[in-house]
Amino acid sequence: MKVAVLVKHVPDTETRIQVKPGDKKINEEGVTYIISPFDEFAMEEALLLRERLGDVQITAVALGPQKATEALRTCLALGADDAILVSDPAFEGADAYVTAKALAAALKGGNYDLILAGKQAVDDDAAYVGTAVAEFLDLPVINLVTKLEVNKAAGTAVAARDLDGYSQVIEVKLPAVFTAQKGLNNPRLPALMGIMKAKKKEIRTLNAQALGLAPNELGAEGAKVEVKEMFVPSKARKNKVLTGAPAETAPELVKLLAEEAKVL
Amino acid sequence: MGHYIFSDEHEQLRKSVRRFVERELAPYADQWEAAGGFPDEVFRKLGAQGFLGLRYPEEYGGQGGDYYTAIVLAEELVGAKAGGVGTAVEVHTEMATPPILKFGTDDQKQRFLVPAIKGEKISALAITEPEAGSDVAAIRTMAVRDGDEYVLNGSKRFITNGCRADFAVVVTRTAKEEHWAGLTLFIVEKGTPGFTVAKKLEKVGLHSSDTAELVFEDCHVPAANLLGQENQGFYHIMWELQGERLIGAAGAVAAGQRALDLAIEYGTQRRQFGRSVAKFQANRHRLAEHATALEAARQMVYATAWRVQNGEYPVKEISMAKVFSTRVAFEAADFALQLHGGSGYMMESEIQRLWRDTRASRIAAGTDEIMLEVIAKELGL
Repeated sequence: MKVAVLVKHVPDTETRIQVKPGDKKINEEGVTYIISPFDEFAMEEALLLRERLGDVQITAVALGPQKATEALRTCLALGADDAILVSDPAFEGADAYVTAKALAAALKGGNYDLILAGKQAVDDDAAYVGTAVAEFLDLPVINLVTKLEVNKAAGTAVAARDLDGYSQVIEVKLPAVFTAQKGLNNPRLPALMGIMKAKKKEIRTLNAQALGLAPNELGAEGAKVEVKEMFVPSKARKNKVLTGAPAETAPELVKLLAEEAKVL
Repeated sequence: MGHYIFSDEHEQLRKSVRRFVERELAPYADQWEAAGGFPDEVFRKLGAQGFLGLRYPEEYGGQGGDYYTAIVLAEELVGAKAGGVGTAVEVHTEMATPPILKFGTDDQKQRFLVPAIKGEKISALAITEPEAGSDVAAIRTMAVRDGDEYVLNGSKRFITNGCRADFAVVVTRTAKEEHWAGLTLFIVEKGTPGFTVAKKLEKVGLHSSDTAELVFEDCHVPAANLLGQENQGFYHIMWELQGERLIGAAGAVAAGQRALDLAIEYGTQRRQFGRSVAKFQANRHRLAEHATALEAARQMVYATAWRVQNGEYPVKEISMAKVFSTRVAFEAADFALQLHGGSGYMMESEIQRLWRDTRASRIAAGTDEIMLEVIAKELGL
């Protein structure tokens, strides 16, 4: 079986995001990057599938600048067999639509039985790419998966999703796209041996031309949405201090906790 | 840019260990310190990630890495925010198991090293006795041959992991002469009749690691558990101590660095007399001095590690790295606590724990004084 895992290289969730005034992207200086945590669930699931099914070929795929190879290198260290970096300066300003289109082009013809992705990337939180890739490839998609079982012989998969107040179990014919939700598994970390082996594995880079995409389909030009403004909201502290005798302030505090803070 | 001894792969390993530490260790530090230990499960998790066998051969379940991977682990374990965690792990990976790899039979490697690397068996190293601390050759725990077995009698003190160890590498005396010529190592398994944990000892610091007093009373150990060569135990243990000291030095530098980082952070935020306390020249210069000393110690550790990686075992330089690193680490922690003032003396501060924990490193694995004795001897004095 062939499994593709879509991963995104995103700023560490611990990073304090800064935006230079007037810019429409974050200031990347001093930012450390990680694999988007939901994508880690997708990657782990691919590894678990291989442990359960045996013959599973895993390809990690990312779109981004050259430094996104770090994310792919991590996937290779975890056990992916190979990796594809979709990278081209022309992608600058791409939205989720363009990203999905380019990723779909990179996946097309790869004969992947499963395409796994995180339910959303933790940087822009668009929650769009997995679904749109499925659309571009004309494949079924199951989002927010918390359990996945593959029946290799039947060519099907059964996925469970936990929704607000209820759960669903869905069967789908492969190939299909699945997006991973927290709870799917507990991702492992790269071990030293995997890190050493990853050195010898290949990361193929595909640019726009190799994907057969026209310039007007790329970057800001191909995007369906446009970022008008980007800024770090100032965090005004809205402290409220109650003064007076405890007998008076206590009921007031309870009222505020219930009505304003809505924690009671 | 990282130090030249570290490759890109070492940095990736560092990232992996750091994430493990942030996820699985640091959040529980306070809980474990209060409880006086951490769950055995942590060893299994470390083992599952391959962190207990970084520099061990693949044939025993290790990761086949070089010596620098052990340095990376020692440094990153400081992020657990409880020195006792690193101590317990390092005793396992860098003290109790290296002699099994180096001197053990294949049967011993299969029975003890393989499960230790997986984290399924926890190990301890028992050298110190009530009457034999720095003077290792004064060891009195006797091992007397009796057919296919040896009968052990004696006691061991200050043994890290002693309370819960599944096996302990124990230094005994097999020849009566009161010196180094008659020592022998044995691997003694938990549950062996006559082997008991007499007491869990309370320490000033390193609360997350358990420290025990062990007693052997007519404890029959199979001859198959004799580790290395009979009466060669002193040399075996002197070999072991070098590795333990260098790793201890690496951990100490990282702990000292953490203390310095905390001091800079606190000193920059804390304002008195209208400015940050770190801006007072008396403090700025002290911070600069400690940063310089720690950098020198780090370079010393790395340069010595390079020699170890390249097949040398430089006793003099290892001893120098150990005494210098542990001293400057404690001095940095002591100044860092001073800079924190009253806040630093409160049990809820991180610096007080570092201060207590780094103090131990000047005693464990050979005191400052013993290191200076070794160096003096190497100088021909």
